[in-house]
Amino acid sequence: MQMPPLDPAILARRSEIVAALRAIVPGEGVIDDLEGMRPYECDALSAYRQMPLVVVLPETVAQVSTILSYCQDNKVKVVPRGAGTSLSGGSMPVGDAILLGLGKFNRVLEIDYANRCARVQPGVTNLGISKAVEHEGFYYAPDPSSQIACSIGGNVAENSGGVHCLKYGLTTNNLLGIELVLMTGEVVRLGGKHLDSEGYDLLGVMTGSEGLLGVVTEVTVRLLRKPTTARAVLLGFPTEAGAADCVAAVIASGIIPGGMEMMDKEAVKCAEAYVGAGYPLDAEGLLIVELDGPPVEVDYLVERVAEIARGRGATTVRVSNDEQERVLFWAGRKAAFPAVGQITPDYMCLDGSVPRGRLVEVLAEMREMSKKHRLRVVNVFHAGDGNLHPLILFDANDADELHRAEEFGADILRLCVRVGGVLTGEHGVGIEKRDLMGVQFTEIDLDQQMRLKCAFDPDHLLNPGKVFPQLRRCAELGRVVVHHNKMPFPDIPRF
Amino acid sequence: MQTHFTLAQLADPETARSNDILRKCVHCGFCTATCPTFVLLGDERDSPRGRIYLIKSMIEDDRAPTAKEVRHVDRCLSCLSCMTTCPSGVNYMHLVDHGRHHIEETFTRTLPDRFMRGVLAYLMPRPAAFRWAMVLGRLAKPLAPLLPATSSDPGGATFLRRLRAMLEAVPDKVPTPSPVDRPQVFPALGVQRKRVALMPGCGQQVLAPEVNEATVRLLTRLDIEVVNVAGSGCCGSSVLHVGRNDQAIELAKRNITAWLREIDGAGLDAIVINASGCGTTVKDYGHMLADDPVWAEKAKQVASLAKDVTEIVAEVGLSGIVPRPLTVAYHSACSMQHGQKLDALPKKLLREAGFMVKDVPEGHLCCGWAGTYQVLQPDLSRRLRDRKVANIESVRPDVIAAGNFGCIGNIASGTGIPIAHTVELLDWATGGPKPAALI
Ligand SMILES: Cc1cc2nc3c(=O)[nH]c(=O)nc-3n(C[C@H](O)[C@H](O)[C@H](O)COP(=O)(O)OP(=O)(O)OC[C@H]3O[C@@H](n4cnc5c(N)ncnc54)[C@H](O)[C@@H]3O)c2cc1C
Ligand code: SF4
Ligand code: SF4
Repeated sequence: MQMPPLDPAILARRSEIVAALRAIVPGEGVIDDLEGMRPYECDALSAYRQMPLVVVLPETVAQVSTILSYCQDNKVKVVPRGAGTSLSGGSMPVGDAILLGLGKFNRVLEIDYANRCARVQPGVTNLGISKAVEHEGFYYAPDPSSQIACSIGGNVAENSGGVHCLKYGLTTNNLLGIELVLMTGEVVRLGGKHLDSEGYDLLGVMTGSEGLLGVVTEVTVRLLRKPTTARAVLLGFPTEAGAADCVAAVIASGIIPGGMEMMDKEAVKCAEAYVGAGYPLDAEGLLIVELDGPPVEVDYLVERVAEIARGRGATTVRVSNDEQERVLFWAGRKAAFPAVGQITPDYMCLDGSVPRGRLVEVLAEMREMSKKHRLRVVNVFHAGDGNLHPLILFDANDADELHRAEEFGADILRLCVRVGGVLTGEHGVGIEKRDLMGVQFTEIDLDQQMRLKCAFDPDHLLNPGKVFPQLRRCAELGRVVVHHNKMPFPDIPRF
Repeated sequence: MQTHFTLAQLADPETARSNDILRKCVHCGFCTATCPTFVLLGDERDSPRGRIYLIKSMIEDDRAPTAKEVRHVDRCLSCLSCMTTCPSGVNYMHLVDHGRHHIEETFTRTLPDRFMRGVLAYLMPRPAAFRWAMVLGRLAKPLAPLLPATSSDPGGATFLRRLRAMLEAVPDKVPTPSPVDRPQVFPALGVQRKRVALMPGCGQQVLAPEVNEATVRLLTRLDIEVVNVAGSGCCGSSVLHVGRNDQAIELAKRNITAWLREIDGAGLDAIVINASGCGTTVKDYGHMLADDPVWAEKAKQVASLAKDVTEIVAEVGLSGIVPRPLTVAYHSACSMQHGQKLDALPKKLLREAGFMVKDVPEGHLCCGWAGTYQVLQPDLSRRLRDRKVANIESVRPDVIAAGNFGCIGNIASGTGIPIAHTVELLDWATGGPKPAALI
């Protein structure tokens, strides 16, 4: 993966930068030894690794602000990092940039049941929010499969989704406000406990901005009351196409399930070995469909969905008996990616979205590609949203396999765009899909996106080398921001 | 995850196994969230995924670790919460044992650190010496407040800070040795249904002799013959966790020899362990001796017979229950829930015995005891204990139950709520005496 060239001037000033950071963050919070930085060299996309200039783990907003203004003044780049579960390399370090970890921001600050919201620090895990309010019957709806570990700050940065987003929306639909530190060190608040923000929807701009616009230091999210009843149904099909077809049919019939997920045979096998949920091991395609609401409604919907499934050839229809079993049905799905680690040393998890009606053909074509690239592919995905997560299995100790995996991944994403879908459903662009942005967007689109970036970070200091395939001088785009008579990245357009 | 071992390195069976473990890790980070030290410190280096990386790097490069690397591996409690969480089946337990062993072999600790570890490694497996140390410690305990109560280094600690932790862990009264902790046979009260060896343990018989007494009463009442086999003793876990593999292996061999003699003699249906920390280790003897052609099979045989006391009670079933209407907060010891994957069973037995059983919030987090950890990492240990106690108190129990004497002593030091071993409560509910903690 090609990254922007390292700035020798910054590398030469490393010890001075480390000392400056030490003056801001005391104790163990500045990590500059090679051995200590190594655990930070990658996120969950571990095929791509890079040692940072130095790691800093601030504990207060004031420290974050001082660090950023120091970096702005000294033109030092910064990569924000939450829990490091990104699958697109979003928090992968950059060699001449500080890695700014938010792991120490792990406190729930306020729970306001009257206004149905929680105010938390960005390092609190997604599941941690639901855990903090479950005894009162509330929860935070978007539930990425990584929810046990991923941070809410990372969720905001990636606009993460999850199995329940089909009905309840993505992060952006459940976010009420954030506190944000800009590259200048200025602390701003967007939104609050109320719905809709004043003026332009800057909160919307920040959601999904992949750490390119500012560092989130506080998050206010909406809490929902747990549905009175929720039941999950396992639907096993003898063919993948049958399962995919059923997904489209359920949605077309006007039912919006709480979640509707699909796993192929191999994924089912791995997940079953980890949780023992009783998944049908003979099914080529398994759907987990959740229906929630008042009991009568749920009973009715379960029947309707079962009927549609049988009509599409389902051989297994199993409804969860109690809450414990429902949770177990989901536990296997949520652990499915890493569970695939049981059968492969490495996998690359893709994330494209396609219109639901094209699922069948996309799955079939993917199988063909699998033969062409001679690599196995396992499918676990948010079927209801048409959000695919093919896992390409490979062995990173074999350079050729890694290369083939990359090619295969790119082919899949091109296919998604070709059938009218998008490059990323929820994992973000990061470095993984960066060079494919041109498949999706025209130059004009990309320039427009870059102008937005320039408005927040004219020197391209935040999370450089991510998302944009080419760097454009902000000046070129109609805004002259030239500091100290020096252009950032003088040797652009292509790094 | 990618690894870079040479073929020569992989010829070493321990390295080959670690390579297999590392290749299973997909770096998803799920385990970080349930790791007690990451929850407290928020630094990747204090998380399982980070430690896996640290250990990988030191064994891959085959070099002595730096003091900082050692510090972060040292902070690991060996609670194995990460293994419960890991969907990919990464055997962190074996990897960290390798890491600790590597550190022990290649890294020179400071003199006070070596001294403290040496003392612990000497005392822990030897009940007689341990008891004497407790008696002496009892005399010195009033001096504890004069020693530093916190460390400047969170987690690591100075010699004096550790000394204070050591003295604070000394009980106010050192119990007299129990007659059950001598080699002998306890016949079943009725018609014998099973014959088991009771692992005598080391620290537990000094600090909590009532646990073995209750175990013998309960099992014999359930028509199980119990043997305290001559020659069996400490399982070796406390020394294993400070990286002294050789010493641990010696202790394991001693136990295996003793129990095999009994298996080949009058026969054994199981080897019963009532301290779950020891149970995790004995169940793993097969792995510990896997590379020793003489011992591998024997170790496997013994390991396959090892059972937690609740497993054997569940096999024969409880009878003659006199229900005691108390609310019990069940503390699932790490070695129980993560090490041996026994979480539901003890609770089920307590419910069958008539208790109202409550789960504790954040039940997956360690109480901070973790063997020698409470002395070597006193500050982290104390923070975890306080967090555990607050969580337990939030469910307002009449009594706390746990299956590991170390957790019991540790939690008791932070709360006024009585705490007893699961076996003591089961013994009481089936006709035995009321646990001392409840009197
Ligand atoms: C097994 C597995 C399953 C997953 N399943 C899903 C899923 O179902 N749905 C889904 O959407 N994602 C999923 N993900 C991807 C990942 O968990 C999400 O993208 C998550 O939101 C990343 O959060 P994080 O805290 O780990 O962020 P990181 O990986 O640390 O960072 C991700 C990005 O956010 C930025 N960032 C992090 N914190 C901040 C902050 N405070 N301020 C500004 N920028 C910040 C970083 O710079 C980076 O660009 C999965 C990942 C794994 C490993
Ligand atoms: S054993 Fe416990 S303390 Fe050690 S890494 Fe695993 S979860 Fe963390
Ligand atoms: S959960 Fe398992 S696979 Fe994931 S990072 Fe931890 S050890 Fe590795």
